[in-house]
Amino acid sequence: MDDMLVQMQGIDKTFPGVHALKGCDFDLKRGEVHALVGENGAGKSTLMKILSGIYDMDAGQILLKGQPVSIPNPHAAQKMGISMVHQELNLMNHLTAAQNIFIGREPLNFFFLDEHALNQNAAKIFEMMNLAVQPWMKVADMTVAKQQMVEIAKALSFNSEVLIFDEPSAALTDVEIKELFRIIRQLKDNGVGIIYITHRLEELFQISDRVTVLRDGAYVDTVKTEDATINQIIKMMVGRVIYESAPEVPEDRGQDIVLEVRNLSSDNVLKNVNFNLKRGEILGFAGLVGAGRTETARAIFGADPYDSGEIYINGERVNIKNPSDAVAHSVAYLSEDRKRYGLCLGLDVKKNIVITIYEKVTAFIGWVREKFVASIASKIVEQLSIRTPSLDQKVKNLSGGNQQKLVIGKWLAKDADIMIFDEPTRGIDVGAKQEIYSLLNDLAAQGKSIIMISSELPEILRMSHRVVVMCEGRVTGELDYTEANQESIMQLATQRNGGNSVPVNA
Amino acid sequence: MTDTVLTKEKRSRADVIQRLAAFGALLLLIVAFSIASPYFFTFDNIVGILIATAVNGLLAIGVTFIIITGGIDLSVGTVMTLSSVMAAVFVKRWGLPIPLGILAAVLTGTIAGFLNGVMISRMKLPPFIATLGMLNVARGLSLVITQLSPIYFPLESGWNNIAMGSVLGAIIPGFDIPNGVLIMFAAAAVAGLILSKTVIGRYTFAIGSNEEAARLSGVNVAIWKMAIYALGGIFVGLGGVVIAARLNSAQPALGLGYELDAIAAAVIGGVSLSGGEGTILGTIIGAFIISTLTNGLRILSVPQEWQIVVTGLIIILSVYLDIIRRRAKA
Repeated sequence: MDDMLVQMQGIDKTFPGVHALKGCDFDLKRGEVHALVGENGAGKSTLMKILSGIYDMDAGQILLKGQPVSIPNPHAAQKMGISMVHQELNLMNHLTAAQNIFIGREPLNFFFLDEHALNQNAAKIFEMMNLAVQPWMKVADMTVAKQQMVEIAKALSFNSEVLIFDEPSAALTDVEIKELFRIIRQLKDNGVGIIYITHRLEELFQISDRVTVLRDGAYVDTVKTEDATINQIIKMMVGRVIYESAPEVPEDRGQDIVLEVRNLSSDNVLKNVNFNLKRGEILGFAGLVGAGRTETARAIFGADPYDSGEIYINGERVNIKNPSDAVAHSVAYLSEDRKRYGLCLGLDVKKNIVITIYEKVTAFIGWVREKFVASIASKIVEQLSIRTPSLDQKVKNLSGGNQQKLVIGKWLAKDADIMIFDEPTRGIDVGAKQEIYSLLNDLAAQGKSIIMISSELPEILRMSHRVVVMCEGRVTGELDYTEANQESIMQLATQRNGGNSVPVNA
Repeated sequence: MTDTVLTKEKRSRADVIQRLAAFGALLLLIVAFSIASPYFFTFDNIVGILIATAVNGLLAIGVTFIIITGGIDLSVGTVMTLSSVMAAVFVKRWGLPIPLGILAAVLTGTIAGFLNGVMISRMKLPPFIATLGMLNVARGLSLVITQLSPIYFPLESGWNNIAMGSVLGAIIPGFDIPNGVLIMFAAAAVAGLILSKTVIGRYTFAIGSNEEAARLSGVNVAIWKMAIYALGGIFVGLGGVVIAARLNSAQPALGLGYELDAIAAAVIGGVSLSGGEGTILGTIIGAFIISTLTNGLRILSVPQEWQIVVTGLIIILSVYLDIIRRRAKA
């Protein structure tokens, strides 16, 4: 028992509207790698942010080497030897590696900074890690992998005994991951306890000793890695009694292909993406965070450039260079971050609705025909039953669900034929979700073609005629709604090395 | 490993080229004007350029610290004026000795900077608004205190010598570089040391590079920001001393527009308006580019209004070049 570094017992945490953790247990021994897995939103990061002092817990207790402790802030956590290497890097790019590692703890030589001691201290840590990183190198000039190593070095500089990695491999190449694993093994041999959050299940077998699975904020089980299989773990991850409503798939989908993407590639982010979209179809895009779904959508929409590949709309090759080209081809993209990219929050409802069609509502020299605007807007508001006190209500005062409907309404006003929805129900409540779903079905029934990117598997299964699954920028498979289920999608979504792109019409 | 070393070398070379570019532009201007006019490269004219740079150089040093944190300070011009007014109040009205007058000016600048820092880091005002407010407060106070008319220093007080006397000329006969210029270079040397060799300099870059990361690393960003704005104010106060000494008076109506020249000098010298990047040397070179250009165009009898147009174009060009350089890097 004296090997036990951390015990977290009955941890409970509620955010406004979300019960993020429901009495979770977790423990960590000295010198082990303990992996923490679960679907998006299962509560992995929240649990670890509580351990590293970023969040407070509502209930439960944490024992550190058998002693109950309270961890009020990250600084306290670091003092206790608990450090977290965050998914998004927290570095100052203009400073050097050494300056980043010791920020806030600079060695001084009387009044002046002792740059020599600083670099030597950092070099010592890098040496211990067996890493060839020059301490005086600016972080901005390093690869992402090296930057990650700097973060790890920073965590080690606090003499950490507990090191938490939040999806460290997400941005790394295979070679870099090997290097990361080498360092993790070395730390482990030195007696450091390591918690490893990952989405890449096959990594579990390369690096971890034990695996704990969380699901919907609740603890599922902890197993020894050597006794488990990927399929078992996937089952544990998705095996909830999901609210399995029968797929609402209208049968009368068309057969004409409205959008075809061939060999779309872009600089390590997208690798030979192939798929097609039929008229009146809802095509689900499944995959884990970072699989390249949003990137695919943005490339099609002209928001990001792509290196090679062809896009056909209604059988004609198109060259979409920017979003206004896409709009001219009747393609709409509804961003996952509607507040940042989808709406002008400070403007009112009607101005947001007509923003895509200003050329239609203006008379000569750009005079806006307010009555016409109001009539279009009220039609849309009625059609989508957007709940707003008036057309003059500022959009920031609407609820998330109504904002999302407004974004849809904006593109309805434009009469786009191909609509790409990126996480259309993120952050909106259950009732509004239902309305969005029926709206999507209506749109499809009217002959609109829809791509729906979603990280929620139940949503994908419920809505999609077909499901395209992506992993690491590749399309790893395409499933008809008759073959799609949680297991088959998760298999494809974690299929890192096998599986070539599925040819179109396969 | 070798590839990362190579990229590092390549990149630092690009940085060096950028730094040389500003210096090269200055040399080019000097050579061009020397060829265009025999009056340009004379001792008297060079001294004229130097003394013309002193005040803007000091303000630009102050604003460099602020811009590197990712902020901006629009109040440096009128705070400079308020500092000179306070010096005049101490020395002329109250008859206090000159060192106390200098202290009053420097303290005025420091306090104004500190208050900017408080507004920005405690009251969470955007730097643009906070310092725009301070610009007007300082300008109004100068007018109130002086009752709208300039305060002249008594000639016999020796106040004028602070900027226009020449300690160097006394040591090396004939080498009459005015003291105001020495003050600027000394201030630049000290500021350069602070920026590159002390903790406050380190945090100036850290905050400008990634404020949240600095905060999460345990740097007390709020307190350091106040300190950095106050530090910038010291140099603005010194600017007040030098301009009051040059004019041998405190001119309350002066100061508007000085902030723009100071910001321009920093930006031309490679200080990034998005924070995290910049050097004092670059800023000083930037200040010299502006004053050399103004001086040269005047010698060539280009009307003053056209000089302003050219300065504007230079600012646009230098920032555009910086953007190109960044794009090449990314």
